[in-house]
Amino acid sequence: MKHISLILLPLAGALISVLWPGNRSRPWIMVATSAVHTILCLWMLIDPPVVQGQQYLGFDPVARAILPCVSLLFLLVSFYGVSYLNLHADRPNRVFVGPMLCILGLLSAGHQARHLGVLWIATEGVTLAAIPLLHFAKTARAYEATWKYLLVGGSGIALSLLGSFCMGYASLHSGGHGDLFFASLIQDGPTLTRPWLLTSWVLLLAGYGTKMGLAPMHTWKPDTYGEAPGIVGAVLAGGVTTVAFTALLRVRAVVVASGAGSAADLSLMAIGLFSMLVAALFLLGTRDYKRMLAYSSVEHMGILSFAVSLGPIGMWASLFHVWSNALTKGTLFLSASTIRRNAGTRTVDDTAGMALMAPRSCMLFVTGLFAITACPPFAPFFSEITILRSALGYGHPLAAAGFLGCLFLAFLGMSRVVFAIIDARPKRSARNAVRRKPEGIGVLLPPLILILMSLWLGLFTPEILQAAWTDAVSHLNPALSKP
Amino acid sequence: MNSMLNNLIALAIGLNLIALGTSRIPSLIRAMSVQGVILGIMPVLMDHHLDWRVIAIAVATVGVKGVAIPHMLNRAMRSANIDRDMEPLIGYVPSLLLGAAGTIAVMVLSRYLPLLPHHSGSLLVPGALASVLTGFILLIGRTKAISQVCGYLILENGIYLFGLLLLESTPLMVEAGILLDLTVAVFVIGIIVDRIQREFDSLDTRKLTALRE
Repeated sequence: MKHISLILLPLAGALISVLWPGNRSRPWIMVATSAVHTILCLWMLIDPPVVQGQQYLGFDPVARAILPCVSLLFLLVSFYGVSYLNLHADRPNRVFVGPMLCILGLLSAGHQARHLGVLWIATEGVTLAAIPLLHFAKTARAYEATWKYLLVGGSGIALSLLGSFCMGYASLHSGGHGDLFFASLIQDGPTLTRPWLLTSWVLLLAGYGTKMGLAPMHTWKPDTYGEAPGIVGAVLAGGVTTVAFTALLRVRAVVVASGAGSAADLSLMAIGLFSMLVAALFLLGTRDYKRMLAYSSVEHMGILSFAVSLGPIGMWASLFHVWSNALTKGTLFLSASTIRRNAGTRTVDDTAGMALMAPRSCMLFVTGLFAITACPPFAPFFSEITILRSALGYGHPLAAAGFLGCLFLAFLGMSRVVFAIIDARPKRSARNAVRRKPEGIGVLLPPLILILMSLWLGLFTPEILQAAWTDAVSHLNPALSKP
Repeated sequence: MNSMLNNLIALAIGLNLIALGTSRIPSLIRAMSVQGVILGIMPVLMDHHLDWRVIAIAVATVGVKGVAIPHMLNRAMRSANIDRDMEPLIGYVPSLLLGAAGTIAVMVLSRYLPLLPHHSGSLLVPGALASVLTGFILLIGRTKAISQVCGYLILENGIYLFGLLLLESTPLMVEAGILLDLTVAVFVIGIIVDRIQREFDSLDTRKLTALRE
């Protein structure tokens, strides 16, 4: 029953936080709930429960490989959230803490969903729960971003529901029961009606690809990440996108079982490389440092999609990359949020000299920059080098070259923006206009822990995680485990 | 019975074209609500033995798609004091032609998707895809928030039509998912529409252009 409490606990926390009277003490509910959530997750990582085949929700190997990472990220982000919400004590945070905890609960459901319908409902719930968070700032720009998020995200959700129905009909048409359990879909794989299955794959790739933010369905991302508070950006980039990624992994397993795996892998590789290219080109042009993080997220989703197409080793590396991306991106979003508050501005044109105004956060931001652009010894370097090796080993030298080229362009684009806002003298207007916000322990510790975890994950990847990723890969490729 | 169902689907496709061709927002909302009622009747007609689940789905669909949502949209429209989408990105005639061409294309295309014997000859698949297409044309081509919401609802109607194919086999959960999605999504969209209106004094999404590269 532990796996159900992962879902119910945060939802109960959300309910309590909505009823809680104190505005200043309410954010601590978020920390307490996510701390218990993390402990449960780590416990189940070490001692995985047995999962039956016909179970709607279960802490199966795929959930075990990804959910602890989301939980850890959420814990640190909510710790930062306490300081953030206390800085904005004038706004009632009831509409913030409640939805955040709902997202945690629904993310746990989405990762543990073993049924296409349940997975869809969880994703839909996460999408809706994020809406109050996006316009927390209550500015015209935030409403605009929310509107675009709703339209694009809503269309993506609609397409994935249509895709789920097509999958159901593929099963029904081939004489199955039309039920949407992944286990039974994989079992019936070879008999599934091919035209329906492929239609379903295209729709699900478009739908969940929109939620993941793969190009060309990424258009909501820069607006949303640019306008939403940094902690929301971190949760979206490290948690919500991974649910969509898990969905694609699980659906891909069905497509592979039906014998159309090469078509699925080809489409994943193409859309992955295209996302990386689009993100790299926009990174060269963007002038806003929070939108830059959004494009970087598009790039890393592209990397994940590319890696999955490269066989079992590539998939293993993609799970590794989920962890390294989420932890490192968390550092970047949180430190960018502190910098943004101290600068009061968002573009390179009117932000400079932040190294003098928020020195510690800038140090974290620059370290995060090097980590996310795959400089050793941080985790993204190790996951990306494994992806590169599997691309070469799988006989895709051209794709590997494109992968490296995009990484290089992304590095140029990101370092250009980061050093422009950090270097030089602070603008006189900014120095006078903005009252400096102190860099307290509450805003420095979470990003610091995240970057240290990224370092630790890179240098000493724990055995238990490696084993969890291997289990997930063999769970998602049932053909491999049969001799 | 199948012919009755097909007549209703043909009617729904006709309403798609009306929605594409009209410039008046009240007619758009009316077309959408009539489509909602038609969709609500369908499960009662197609199921061989009526049980409470089918009736519940029908009642809920007519209530939500046919009554509640159109009412909300009408209110939003009146409070914003607009009744026309004057400058669409895709004109009315082009979008009508696009919709008609698209409907013919999906009719041809859906022949390649094999159906079960007891679904053969049914227009459910082309009808569903035509509505999805219409929804996307409205979402992309219109500039007023209310028209875009109508587009999204027609898109959802298409998905609902497809869901009817699975009505007998899948658990109610997926069906409930649609209604949940619909109510909550529009509820939320409604709130946003309200906010956009206060923020920008109109429901013109073309003014939402501060965020771009």
